[in-house]
Amino acid sequence: MTFRWIHTVLPLLLLLVGCSVADPPGSPPPRSSGTVANGDTIVTGSIGEASTLIPLLASDAASHAIAGYIYNGLVKYDKELNLVGDLAQSWEVSPDGQVITFHLRRGVKWQDGHEFTSRDVLYTYRVTIDPKTPTSYAEDFKQVKKVESPDPYTIRVIYDHPFAPALASWGTSILPAHLLEGKDITRSELARRPVGTGPYKFKEWVAGQKITLEAYEGYFEGRPHLERVVDRLIPDSSTMYMELKAGGIDMMNLTPVQFQRQTVGISFLERFNKYRYPASSYVYLGYNLSNPLFSDVRVRRALTHAINKEELVQGVLLGMGQSAKGPYKPGSWGWNPNIQDPVYDPAAARELLAQAGWNHTDGDGILVKGGKPFRFTVLTNQGNAERLKTAQIIQQRLRAVGIEMKIRVIEWASFITHFIDTRNFEAVILGWSLGQDPDIFDVWHSSKTGKKELNFIGYRNEEVDRLIVAGRGTFDQKERQRCYWRIQEILARDQPYTFLYVPDALPTVSSRFRGIVPAPAGISYDFIHWYVPKGEQKYTQ
Amino acid sequence: MAIYLLKRIALLLPLLLGITLITFTVIHLAPGEPVEMQTSMSPKITAETRQRLREYYGLDKPLYVQYGLWLGRLATLDFGRSFAPDNRPVLDKIKERIPVTLSLNLMAMIVEFGLALPIGILAAVRRNTLLDKGLTLFVFLGFAIPTFWLALLLMYFFGVKLEWLPVSGLHSLGSERLSFVPWLLDMARHLILPVGVASFGSLAGLSRYTRSTMLEVIGQDYITTARAKGLPERVVILKHALRNALLPVITLLGFSLPGLIGGSVIFETIFAIPGMGQLFFMGVMARDYPLVMGILVIGAGLTLVGNLLADLCYALADPRIRHGGR
Repeated sequence: MTFRWIHTVLPLLLLLVGCSVADPPGSPPPRSSGTVANGDTIVTGSIGEASTLIPLLASDAASHAIAGYIYNGLVKYDKELNLVGDLAQSWEVSPDGQVITFHLRRGVKWQDGHEFTSRDVLYTYRVTIDPKTPTSYAEDFKQVKKVESPDPYTIRVIYDHPFAPALASWGTSILPAHLLEGKDITRSELARRPVGTGPYKFKEWVAGQKITLEAYEGYFEGRPHLERVVDRLIPDSSTMYMELKAGGIDMMNLTPVQFQRQTVGISFLERFNKYRYPASSYVYLGYNLSNPLFSDVRVRRALTHAINKEELVQGVLLGMGQSAKGPYKPGSWGWNPNIQDPVYDPAAARELLAQAGWNHTDGDGILVKGGKPFRFTVLTNQGNAERLKTAQIIQQRLRAVGIEMKIRVIEWASFITHFIDTRNFEAVILGWSLGQDPDIFDVWHSSKTGKKELNFIGYRNEEVDRLIVAGRGTFDQKERQRCYWRIQEILARDQPYTFLYVPDALPTVSSRFRGIVPAPAGISYDFIHWYVPKGEQKYTQ
Repeated sequence: MAIYLLKRIALLLPLLLGITLITFTVIHLAPGEPVEMQTSMSPKITAETRQRLREYYGLDKPLYVQYGLWLGRLATLDFGRSFAPDNRPVLDKIKERIPVTLSLNLMAMIVEFGLALPIGILAAVRRNTLLDKGLTLFVFLGFAIPTFWLALLLMYFFGVKLEWLPVSGLHSLGSERLSFVPWLLDMARHLILPVGVASFGSLAGLSRYTRSTMLEVIGQDYITTARAKGLPERVVILKHALRNALLPVITLLGFSLPGLIGGSVIFETIFAIPGMGQLFFMGVMARDYPLVMGILVIGAGLTLVGNLLADLCYALADPRIRHGGR
């Protein structure tokens, strides 16, 4: 599972999951689909500039968004979020789960005309694990014992033990060996002029302004209909929204306020289609479990009882989201729909707190135990208004059961170095973004509680440890699902986090684009089939 | 004069060295390292990977060694390579941004001086009239309104509602296929809002400054003399008073030299203008030490040169300073 710490609103990441078209009242009748035609340009906006178009070296969303058009992996997720072949035609996993054999597609050409073979895959693997390559993606391949290629169209990967997340890790972008082998990848000009196997090829990069891609005629799944993709750098989100309204860009992710209040006029709805589906992320209130305040499970359950999640969804997200009960996205196969966590019930919260010894109140109505009032500070990161609002609403609810919560907002770098790394916090409001694979080793396994590791709240549970290891050690989805469902029951019981909510992704796309079919994978999984009918094309030439 | 000049130039070097030492230290005091910013809270990163990245960037060495190495490279005018994943030479990154910022700031400065000087003079000559008060109100309005707010309002009005002007950026899509004149016009349309907003905000300082020096000069005996000679008021103000009143303005001009390459972050961010402000801001956020140091050194160098030039111009323009030493 790729967890990525999300601390700002991710721009234009449309590769999200579980999808429905929003159908607000008063929307115009759907347009005719017109005839499929090639041509036109889609203009997107990006908050940050891409840093390098060699995805192996990039760690920012903007770079990966562009690289996603240019490169392919061996496997990818289809619209139902099943793993399917991409550069690999098919694959087999050996009965003991230790050997994966990929059969590569034949006749795939790099955008410079060179043929794609297993040599490229071997190179990509070697450069990824090379200690001299400054990449953050080597970890995925550390479990690999050996990679071999019996012939130019076969790749055999051997593992020490079965490792379920391994398959998805081969979705990593395959790099052109003929252009990179024997060279220093960090100095390669491919960072600014990439060559891939994907549907779009690189055309131009005007630093600080835009990146232009062009349809690749020889793409193995067929030429994409849209002739060009232009990604404009627009660092300010208000400006981006105005560019959308003025027609300067064709697609962006809306905020709940924009979605609910500012884009409901008929003139907007005629020009744009809005989509809505759960985003692959959740926001939580995490407790430092080594703090005596929170070491008692009754206290944590009481805190969850005291918080009204539905109110958060309405107040913070204007209803554009749903309450969360565990670390999975509702609707994904790892998600357990039967989870019952403590519901909003202030009386129950008081009761539990009283059982835990918090049964007196001082003059201000704050609960006291052993002469100490129940006061703590919640930390959240600067620049995220949603999380601040969340904290403020929770503050009121906790006050009502006799707990005083202070809020402190801290700049990101200090937040990590001075508070998270040193465990110098009582509680935090943060979010995780989720990958497609349900493996949650990095955030919940007890071996990941060290410095700089992600189980920074210090959650330790032997059964969860065992289930996590079992879940990643088999390719049998039924078996894995059993493990993850049980983990969610335990987490719901223990409440190491109060899982707060899963926001919705709210993309909007100019209505001249047709062929957009929302699916669990979001809207952009079949980008190459988007088109604009001839008469409606805006950028001809 | 020559000795004075040499002395001043000789002083520049240690000053610049001191500036680099302080900025280098301060940047490294900020929490978080470049490696940190790229990898924090990513599960893919082990301690080993982090160490590898630190070695790659040379961050494992003691700070004074890092400073020494950096200074050594600087001596050969090598600003190093950016710590961003693109790993490009810092100088390249700065070079592609300077023209944009420079031309934009130059335009804004011309507009600013072109408006602020007449406003200041007019306000001084018509002191305490309704006109003076109106102008004062106008320039302080520009000073007080937050740039980003005004920019957004204007964008909405002219860009979205009226559709007269583009909202942001420097060029329209496909403008690279235009011939030179239409291309220039396209860019000019994009520049109206940014230049307008930028100069409006800075009118106050300069115009108020002009007004007060002008008032001071008008009160001088030689102006009374000029008037007593029976010269027309126009000549008194524009020939005798203005020349003297402009002297301090020259200093201001010198001070604004480094400002020419230092872009404003907020402003460039709002208008999506690829200038130095944005580059610097992103560099700081990513703890891209070589880039930040590069921009700061160039900025500091220009400030020092600007001050020197201002002093020299001052000396040239004002005989009292030129001959003061004798």
